Amino acid sequence: MPTFVYMTRCDGCGHCVDICPSDIMHIDKTYRRAYNIEPSMCWECYSCVKACPQHAIDVRGYADFAPLGHSVRVDRDEEKGVISWRIKFRNGKKDMTLLAPITTKPWGTAIPNLSEAPAPTKEQRDSQLLYNEPKYIRMDDGGIHTLETNGLKMKQGVYY
Amino acid sequence: MAYKTVVEDNIDILVAGAGLGGTGAAFEARYWGQDKKIVIAEKANIDRSGAVAQGLYAINCYMGTRFGENNPEDHVHYARIDLMGMVREDLLFDMARHVDSAVHQFEEWGMPIMRDKEKGSYLREGRWQIMIHGESYKPLVAEAAKKSADKVYNRVCITHLLMDDAKENRVAGAVGFNVRTGDFHVFKSKTVICGAGGASNIFKPRSTGEGSGRVWYAPWSSGSAYALMINAGAKMTQMENRIVLARFKDGYGPVGAYFLHLKTYTQNAYGEEYESKWFPALQEMVGKEYLDPELSHATHRPIPTCLRNHAIINEVNAGRGPIHMVTMHSFQDPHLEEIGWHNFLGMTVGQAVLWAATDVDPKNENPELTTSEPYVMGSHATGSGAWCSGPEDISPPEYQWGYNRMMTVEGLFGAGDAVGGTPHAFSSGSFTEGRIAAKSACKYIDDGKGEGIKVSDRQINALKEEVFKPMEHYKVHRNEIVAGDVNPNYLNPRQFLDRLQKLMDEYGGGVTVSYVTNDKLLSIGLKKLQIMEEDLEKIAAKDTHELLRAWEVKHRHRTSECVLQHTLFRKETRWPGYYYRGDAMKLDDENWHVLTVSRRDPKTGKYTMEKAPLYHLLDKTELAAAE
Repeated sequence: MPTFVYMTRCDGCGHCVDICPSDIMHIDKTYRRAYNIEPSMCWECYSCVKACPQHAIDVRGYADFAPLGHSVRVDRDEEKGVISWRIKFRNGKKDMTLLAPITTKPWGTAIPNLSEAPAPTKEQRDSQLLYNEPKYIRMDDGGIHTLETNGLKMKQGVYY
Repeated sequence: MAYKTVVEDNIDILVAGAGLGGTGAAFEARYWGQDKKIVIAEKANIDRSGAVAQGLYAINCYMGTRFGENNPEDHVHYARIDLMGMVREDLLFDMARHVDSAVHQFEEWGMPIMRDKEKGSYLREGRWQIMIHGESYKPLVAEAAKKSADKVYNRVCITHLLMDDAKENRVAGAVGFNVRTGDFHVFKSKTVICGAGGASNIFKPRSTGEGSGRVWYAPWSSGSAYALMINAGAKMTQMENRIVLARFKDGYGPVGAYFLHLKTYTQNAYGEEYESKWFPALQEMVGKEYLDPELSHATHRPIPTCLRNHAIINEVNAGRGPIHMVTMHSFQDPHLEEIGWHNFLGMTVGQAVLWAATDVDPKNENPELTTSEPYVMGSHATGSGAWCSGPEDISPPEYQWGYNRMMTVEGLFGAGDAVGGTPHAFSSGSFTEGRIAAKSACKYIDDGKGEGIKVSDRQINALKEEVFKPMEHYKVHRNEIVAGDVNPNYLNPRQFLDRLQKLMDEYGGGVTVSYVTNDKLLSIGLKKLQIMEEDLEKIAAKDTHELLRAWEVKHRHRTSECVLQHTLFRKETRWPGYYYRGDAMKLDDENWHVLTVSRRDPKTGKYTMEKAPLYHLLDKTELAAAE
């Protein structure tokens, strides 16, 4: 489905326009509010729904296969690091709320700034190692896996 | 032309397209190139762009080497089996030996990865898959890329790579336009890491109208990875290897967690197991080496994804559809039920929307499955992409020409869908490939290989004219008609997309023909694509949004052409269930245990096809058996 925008809730802030991966949330020039200009290129990815500060955007399942009368709403809270969902069935028999974490750390704080990391040595440059390796790529203190360490050979032919 | 030109000069590393591959490249490039100028150009917003825009509930490529779970060669072997032998095992081993370091860094950065409470290791969904709360996967890796990059150009769609005017076959940057302002952007760069995407929407989708947005792969994956590289004269590989997905009907919600973690299984409309009855005939098509259900049962050797599709397709064609996923048992457990729903909300919300709309509660009924239209990409259970150099410590001479992940165009590197022969990279593997490409690109620059690049004004001006031609064309011809979209002198992007999809479906082996094609159909298809290319000179865009769609459909067209060329070249049916060559219905190892490699001459538009040798990575047991 595509997304649609409730007239009375949208204030035209444009967060959805900024985030839409498909470039289909645009501001209507007459109403100064957002709308979906190309529903057939909407993935129902909910990026705009999550980004809307007014909760003005919702989704109505694709017209060619989804009956009316359902609802999947979301609230993504970056500060608390959680996302909560509410799913309501068309027949009203199911109404679920689901909660999931989206991060375990305050946003962006745990990502290193690599321009400030100690510069790689020539030995590292000439090796096959990437940043921060061999940490995490081996169970023991060994180095990177190679054909020699793992007793392997590249061989031409038909093998299964 | 009214649009201004914005030049970004002296770039060392230009990341063209920043999904998982591109963000990995930008992040890592800063470490090996602390003094280098790193720039990202992305047609959307890197916080929510690429195939992982809506998040993921699993990371499908993780070795767990530090927990003693798998070694890189185990994953190579798995990918070889799944792709019926047709993989680049040097690149796969290289990706697999690094991928764990990416995943553990994601966790350090704040990604919630579920843990196995008893073992302390990551919670496994399957042998290679781990479970995550990955709604914010993309914003997280985007944050890492932003920390490393000097500049991020969001909403700049790259249309062409720039070529060096001083030295033949060397990349010199890229050009594109801002989809909002219409500015023309010129990026002069010593290297380009192509992180653009594979192709959805080149084959007619099962859905119609509005629902055609509910494609399995993102609708914004426009095959740009391939078109950019093909147009630059880069060699491509395995472009015939399109993928068909068995997924929940209409919503295309993922089935991996259902099969692996929730232990659901499939049956036909009459509640019968159907797979095994199709296997004997299928075994005759592909050979016992590729399909041996008894051995698979005894040893857990996986049955290739395409062959499982084959059983579904045949069962449905035999009149016993639809195929159902049996969820009613597992979903009685409230914990598993919750996981089933979270799985959709984390990566395919549309499937949850559909089940809510149709009152499908998998606790009370078994949902329908279907096989999708084909897709062309290089990071799921398929390996289309560019022919890349491998790592020097692993690759045989035919696979190695200096810089890891560099294509046959100098200075042009790739990651994710752009790299050919590396299926099963998924999100983490694509990010890892980006990291590998970045280190390699830095080395290329440090070795002085990017010196003395010249880009003439002539090249830039010619490209500018080409980029905006659809808007000019619209202006010239729009007023010949009263109103509407029917014009004798142009078609709009949607009209071209419909034409492309119909053509690819009917001639290239799409859903309406049960994935079957042959040499005659492919030749007709190629002719029609040729005529379509002539018509694409008359594509019209009424605004910059349509200009984006115009370039997307041009990229899809070029990708499609390459797909048909490759499909025509490989005269066998290598992957039943992905597609069938009706004129060569058997797998043919004698002639086709090779990788297919193509090059399109940018000057003449002619394709040259060749076979490249297949090297396999053999362990001690296999080596002993081979001798």
